[in-house]
Amino acid sequence: MIPEIGHFSLILALLVALVLGSFPIIGAARGNAVWMGLAKPLARVQFILIALAFLCLVYAFAFMDYSVLYVANNSNSKLPLQFRIAAVWGGHEGSLLLWALILSIWTVAVSLFSKHIPDDMRARILGVMGLVSVGFLLFMLMVSNPFERLIPAALDGRDLNPLLQDPGMIFHPPMLYMGYVGFSVAFAFSIAALLGGQLDAAWARWSRPWTILAWIFLTVGIMAGSNWAYYELGWGGWWFWDAVENASFMPWLVGTALIHSLAVTEKRGSFKAWTVLLAICAFSLSLLGTFLVRSGVLTSVHAFATDPRRGIFILAFLVIVIGGSLLLFAWRASTVGRGGKFDVISRESFLLANNVLLAVAALSVLLGTLYPLFLDALNLGKISVGPPYFDAVFAPLMAPAIFLMGVGPIARWKEAALPELALRLRWAFGISLATAVILPLMLGNLTPMIGLGLFLAFWVFASSAELVYQRLAKSDLPLLGRIKANSRAWWGMVIAHLGIAVFVLGVTIVKGFESEIAVKMLPGDVAHLAGYDFTFDGVVDRIGPNYQASHGQIHVTKNGVLRTILEPEKRLYTVTNMPMTEAGISPHLLHDLYASLGEPLEGGAWSVRIYHKPMVEWIWFGCLMMAFGGFLALADKRYRLKRRAPSKEVKSSQQPKNSKKAKV
Amino acid sequence: MTSIRIIRLLALLCALQVPSLLAQEAQPLQPNAAVEVQVERLSTQLRCLVCQNQTIADSHAELAQDLKQEIREMAAKGMTDQAIIDYLVVRYGDFVRYKPPFNPATSLLWLGPFGLLLAGAIGLFTMLRRRQKMTADVPLTADEARQVSELLK
Repeated sequence: MIPEIGHFSLILALLVALVLGSFPIIGAARGNAVWMGLAKPLARVQFILIALAFLCLVYAFAFMDYSVLYVANNSNSKLPLQFRIAAVWGGHEGSLLLWALILSIWTVAVSLFSKHIPDDMRARILGVMGLVSVGFLLFMLMVSNPFERLIPAALDGRDLNPLLQDPGMIFHPPMLYMGYVGFSVAFAFSIAALLGGQLDAAWARWSRPWTILAWIFLTVGIMAGSNWAYYELGWGGWWFWDAVENASFMPWLVGTALIHSLAVTEKRGSFKAWTVLLAICAFSLSLLGTFLVRSGVLTSVHAFATDPRRGIFILAFLVIVIGGSLLLFAWRASTVGRGGKFDVISRESFLLANNVLLAVAALSVLLGTLYPLFLDALNLGKISVGPPYFDAVFAPLMAPAIFLMGVGPIARWKEAALPELALRLRWAFGISLATAVILPLMLGNLTPMIGLGLFLAFWVFASSAELVYQRLAKSDLPLLGRIKANSRAWWGMVIAHLGIAVFVLGVTIVKGFESEIAVKMLPGDVAHLAGYDFTFDGVVDRIGPNYQASHGQIHVTKNGVLRTILEPEKRLYTVTNMPMTEAGISPHLLHDLYASLGEPLEGGAWSVRIYHKPMVEWIWFGCLMMAFGGFLALADKRYRLKRRAPSKEVKSSQQPKNSKKAKV
Repeated sequence: MTSIRIIRLLALLCALQVPSLLAQEAQPLQPNAAVEVQVERLSTQLRCLVCQNQTIADSHAELAQDLKQEIREMAAKGMTDQAIIDYLVVRYGDFVRYKPPFNPATSLLWLGPFGLLLAGAIGLFTMLRRRQKMTADVPLTADEARQVSELLK
């Protein structure tokens, strides 16, 4: 009964979404206030209906209803409750439902925090989001229904993939989807601007916080996924250029370009068409990513053929959304205006160059991800495109982008002078160049890549220091006052940029200086790595809720002093009969010690892999700094004032509209 | 009787304690360190053919371990990286290598990013040139300025 309620509320949600996607948009075109007014309540009804459907599926998982096909395929009675709930998004159908739920959450959020947006624009924005929702709900109801019954019911479920039975599964996908789907707001703002022909500084100011918020979620989501892979997959990698990762990384790259482009649109009125195009691309890549991951096409083009209905629906949906919005862009982009003049050497042009680099990087990742599929589909042979390709392509594109990151914030808007820039940055340049050569020589490993990575990291550190120094030195206020004299958005930018530097530093150091050994260990055996002594204490058997584990213990000493104890584990999940490794990790600011159990060998010995990973934690800490920078930008006064004084805001946003009409 | 038992027990305990008292050095899984460096380098570039999407360095699958062993034997014979990759490509096709070869079918893949960068640079340059030639900013009228300040308040 409960699954049928869920199914039924999905159908109702589709009907609501159809009305939401049509009447408010038509109303906005015709100036019909009643039709436009439908948008807000419908957004809320849609949210309630999808949330109800979602709760029904959660219920089916929590109470182990194996007469529901999706539950039977992705859960098991022995699975602990928190993973049974996370299993809701463990497969294709449920993650689509999560997608639709999060879309409806964003839609409601826009309807709640849009008092200052003109009625017609709000109606268009919510309408466009409704249209996207129509696509997803239709897809679910037609070919991917999570509530489909299994008759006769299964006695027990097939269990969730053991790889996904991890706390990471509880946070990572919802975070990532909040980011992915959050770009639908920027997309809807852009389509609304194209439809209405209104794209001004105010538009940029309204859409900016939404875009930044989505970007924060995506940043944290990707970071959480990378960290999860690091400790779960058992060989200490943190990024694999896997198609699934690329699917989340491409929207991030374009989204990063977008928040910068939006800043220019707000501050200088330039880059309007480019901003709109980026918003369309960011969301299109989110859609493409979702479907790439979810359709199974990545494992094989032929997975498409096993259920052609799904594939055809996906293709049609992508063509309509991406093609339609690009056509609209081509048709209406000229109406949004082009903004002010700026020089070849100016902050605008540096930002634009960076945008181009980010876009090219995103397109290259897309090319590498899709190329094997195209070759296979055209019967031109099967190839693999992996880390060697992406590293080779990505590094040369990102290096100039990160270099420009040091120059851009220092350059003046509109017109900057190269000699002045060179003068201001000469110390930063000298320091970073010296560090890039001296530091690796001291550490005993100087390669071009290490040198380049260190140079870029210290370049961003040093140029940011120069930027902050110049800003703070100018005034006579006490230090705290000087800090406060700069906006939170500005500090957010500084911290996010420093986050990039921290990230690059972590990547460079860990890639250049990590070490590992693979040894055969009997209880009592000692292995040595990076100045530490690792003593194997042996393995004990442990029984988990749905697995049997061999739980190892290694105590780590340095010069005879106990430093830490590593507890790597090898698990066998009994339902799926899949072995899993849980690495034993001792995280530290300067280096991680990391051990994973391999296979049991003859005579009670185990094969053990031990890694020393210097500064690997900086990779994720850098991502958190970027997210925190975004958060500071979001907390900027000019966004907060709006919420505090909504009545004044409504007035001021309506007045110009009236005067505009009067002018027409 | 009991004393003999106790002695036996003590002897047994001693025997059990021996390894931990001596703290033996753990033996490397593979004896030849130089070969292992080459095996690691190669196996991060080669695909585990039965896995979802993993290098054979990362995979715990049996086939990956076998393949790794095979590479180890070839490396021990002194074969170069290129010779080993060539051998594997003959057997498994280009699918096995994560770094696709450069040939007509993959030329777009390898040249694409640089083509895109070139296109981006040309687009950027022409756009900046055009911008520079644009006449100076049209100043806002008093009415427009008021609108802007109100909108941005």
